[in-house]
Amino acid sequence: MDYFLTEDQLMIQDLARQIAEEKVLPVRAELDEKEEFPRDLMKHFAEADLFRLNIPEAYDGMGLGGFEQALAVEQVSRVCCGVACTYAASGLGAYPLVLFGSEDQKKKYLPQIAAGKLGAFALTESTAGSDAGGIQTRAVLEGDEYVLNGTKQWITNAGEAEIYSVIALTDPSRGPRGASFFIVEKGDPGFSFGKREKKMGIRCSATGELIFNNCRLPADRLISKEGLGFIIAMRTFDKSRPGVGAQAVGLAQGALEAAVEYARTRVQFGHPIISFQAIQHMLADMAASVEAARALVYAAARFIDSGAKEVSKVSAMAKVFPSDVAMKVTTDAVQIFGGSGYMRDYPVEKMMRDAKILQIYEGTNQIQRNVIGQELHKEFGRRSRKK
Amino acid sequence: MKIIVCIKQVPDTKNVRLDPATNTLKREGVESMVNPFDLYAVETALRLKDQFGGTVTALTMGPPQAESALREMVEYGVDETALLSDRAFAGADTWATSYTLAKGVKKLGGFDLIVCGKQAVDGDTAQVGPGLAEQLDIPYVCFVRRLIEVDPQARRMVVERLMDDGGDVVETPLPALITVVKEINEPRVPSLRGKMKAKKIAVPVYGLQDLAADPDRVGLAGSPTQVVRIFAPQPRGTRAKLDGRPEEQAERLIEALKKDKVLTIGAE
Repeated sequence: MDYFLTEDQLMIQDLARQIAEEKVLPVRAELDEKEEFPRDLMKHFAEADLFRLNIPEAYDGMGLGGFEQALAVEQVSRVCCGVACTYAASGLGAYPLVLFGSEDQKKKYLPQIAAGKLGAFALTESTAGSDAGGIQTRAVLEGDEYVLNGTKQWITNAGEAEIYSVIALTDPSRGPRGASFFIVEKGDPGFSFGKREKKMGIRCSATGELIFNNCRLPADRLISKEGLGFIIAMRTFDKSRPGVGAQAVGLAQGALEAAVEYARTRVQFGHPIISFQAIQHMLADMAASVEAARALVYAAARFIDSGAKEVSKVSAMAKVFPSDVAMKVTTDAVQIFGGSGYMRDYPVEKMMRDAKILQIYEGTNQIQRNVIGQELHKEFGRRSRKK
Repeated sequence: MKIIVCIKQVPDTKNVRLDPATNTLKREGVESMVNPFDLYAVETALRLKDQFGGTVTALTMGPPQAESALREMVEYGVDETALLSDRAFAGADTWATSYTLAKGVKKLGGFDLIVCGKQAVDGDTAQVGPGLAEQLDIPYVCFVRRLIEVDPQARRMVVERLMDDGGDVVETPLPALITVVKEINEPRVPSLRGKMKAKKIAVPVYGLQDLAADPDRVGLAGSPTQVVRIFAPQPRGTRAKLDGRPEEQAERLIEALKKDKVLTIGAE
């Protein structure tokens, strides 16, 4: 379908597709099998300026929006969701700086991220996932330094990124209002990496622990003010969730294409299986839901980029619906492939494994539904007050 | 370093058709592309620029539509372009092309290095690179697969060139010309900033008079090559590969030779 993209948007889409097909496709199975981080691919992404998309022009970026970022992510994810996750996670790490960083912080870090040094975003801990209030990592101001102690887990790009946006409690007595964001650099004293996780899917992406053991940071690593940590996290997620939706749309598109191609060539009972209604109807539902998910992600990303104030509901919708679609479509793709689909010789089993994480990370789909439900409650409450 | 890369726009090899009457390429209506070997030359130049600074200029001779090939090179990061285009240049063989390119290089001013792809996939001659170096009277090394050492200050470079039986390590003073093979690097993808720049730039075009070229030495008039006959090569005979341990291979070879009556043993 034609989404009336501008010439520049088409260019971004084309280039991301070219890199995905020329550079990512030949290595995706091997990276998955070996659980190998796509370091060389990230170099190609950097050379192609893809890390510059949503960094403001003043900091060597291209000053584009979440929509353009989503277009690129979708094309990469169509070929490999793990590579797309690695790429998108760097942008996620940059968002707290883009949105709340001081001029000096932006000047120092954003050009590095634009040039391809990876970023990472660190919130989750063993006691804090869906309940972001459960974080225990502490940051204590001592003289002109903050001292961090605690462990973050399941952090995407852990060990591979150079620049980390990390949330820690500066005032535990205030609960969530006592959290603050910090910039931590690889190599900071007292900052190290724990074990690298073995995952079901997106296996080429790096997921691991960040360990802060009396990690001393200059006071100017604090992003914005103490106590704004949760606001920064929520604003970041509002911006980034359509990016997860874009991963889902790309992944589902890739699975749909593989399924159609297979159904056209696989012969049973003397006919290609696509000639059977049972298969046609599955493919039809897959195609319709992928297009619906894409339309929602594009519309949401454009709405958010327009500068709209209240975006949480739309942003959550643009994550929850496409990721459920991706899970369903990839599962059905495996079904259409039958026994072959269950084998690692074909790409769809990887796609199905990759899809599951999209319903879990950056806020589980249950949490997204909470957000949508609470926003609906608020909206209708306001309306009834007005009457 | 000031580097010039020579490129050529060729018919897209995926869609090449032959005219059965004349055995020549059908060029009308065929999509064009940049000669794939030239992308390795451009990458070689861009990496040297990344390392030492300077500029990379893409140079080509061709019809006006070859401009699009030069724009494509800007997408990859090439700084400047130059198109040598004139009706008088048409029909040039490798000799006249080398002369014309040499005139173009002189028009561009000085340089430290010229990089070419090892050959173009349409003509497959591999003559224009060395021909250009001869016209400019500079040293050249063909089929370079590795740059071992480049020292722009000392004006010298050491490279390894691919040979049938291995490789040669060659030192050459600069300025020089090299042609490169695809083993030398993995070309980068275009960049978004490059693509945006490529849309805006103006490609300078130089004709016969701009180059102060001798009209008798360019195009068909300046081409001593005459194509006497074009024919499809005879298909090669059938070939087979023997597998297994050496003893087994020897046994199979003897069997095969006996079967084809090349070899007879005893009374058989």
